[in-house]
Amino acid sequence: MDSMPGKSFVITSGKGGVGKTTITSNLGTALSLHNKKVCVVDADIGLRNLDVVMGLENRVVFDLVQVIDGECRLKQALIKHKKAEGLFLLPASQTRNKEAIKPEQMKDLIVRLKEEEEFDYVLVDCPAGIEHGFKNAIAGADEALIVTTPEVSAIRDADRIIGLLQAAEMYDPKLIINRLSMEMVRRKDMMDKEDIIDILAIKLLGVIPEDEGIIVSTNVGEPIVFVDNSKSAAAFKRIARRIEGEDVPIFGEVEQEGLIARLKKLLGLDRKEQQNV
Amino acid sequence: MFETVIRWLRGGHGSKDIGKSRLKLILAYDRTEISPEVLDALKEDIFLTISKYFDIKEDDVIMNISKSDDTVALMANIPILGMKKQTV
Repeated sequence: MDSMPGKSFVITSGKGGVGKTTITSNLGTALSLHNKKVCVVDADIGLRNLDVVMGLENRVVFDLVQVIDGECRLKQALIKHKKAEGLFLLPASQTRNKEAIKPEQMKDLIVRLKEEEEFDYVLVDCPAGIEHGFKNAIAGADEALIVTTPEVSAIRDADRIIGLLQAAEMYDPKLIINRLSMEMVRRKDMMDKEDIIDILAIKLLGVIPEDEGIIVSTNVGEPIVFVDNSKSAAAFKRIARRIEGEDVPIFGEVEQEGLIARLKKLLGLDRKEQQNV
Repeated sequence: MFETVIRWLRGGHGSKDIGKSRLKLILAYDRTEISPEVLDALKEDIFLTISKYFDIKEDDVIMNISKSDDTVALMANIPILGMKKQTV
């Protein structure tokens, strides 16, 4: 391993239910596949979910609040993923509330993860909202990734978050557009990535296509990145490569379905293309 | 006409443009959301600047953010009591 200092990201959105936890889990997994040591941190204290989405809920012993309060060592609270080498989860507390920690403490914790535990990447899953939990989650982040879906309400909240991040002197957040449906874009019932970038005026890091497989993967508690032939898994892997500094074009991220594919769909011949976990 | 036919063939409503224009308007409002403290500070600064040239009373200064259908404007009503003698 090199001695480059690690990098921390906060995954945030303002609005709930747009996919922060799914993206944290899958991006963390995808980055670990690059032989990097990755820690995903659940900052949603009182409403923890990252453990469940990753299938690690039975292995939670200690949590982030206990680490901060000195009730356990940092190493004891880190849960190693069995399938992804180098991927660790630091779970949130389910019984405490968001006021249990202060932004300064969160900042120290992220520094310890990078320096003591030598993580290359620390991804913090931010709670919905703009209050205390948000301020904690952004406290130790070097960069912010804003998640939105192509919906008016989600984009509005993303805009608000961009303003709040500026106030916190984080000026260059990157956007991830989640659940884009090319089918709906084509019939002009959904804003496309250009429309959203035009409105929010920040850099686009990636686009994740709408994918039923996500529900399946959270049912079984396994990141979709492990599923072959999954549209969204491919998108997560491309985003991970971009974070790693590779020049991966955004264009064609969500493939426009060709005529053949559309004909197949029309004739009901596309069933075998639907993926199973 | 052509577009209507295409839309009908595709089975969509073309609601994207409505969504986008509504969103632009909402954000124009959101982005000019100004806290009372900031508005007071602005009022103070404007009063100081204008009072270099005109006789005005601070209590008379009325300032608001006015929002109409497609514009957002800063409205100020400052009654002038008289001119100041210019020194330059």
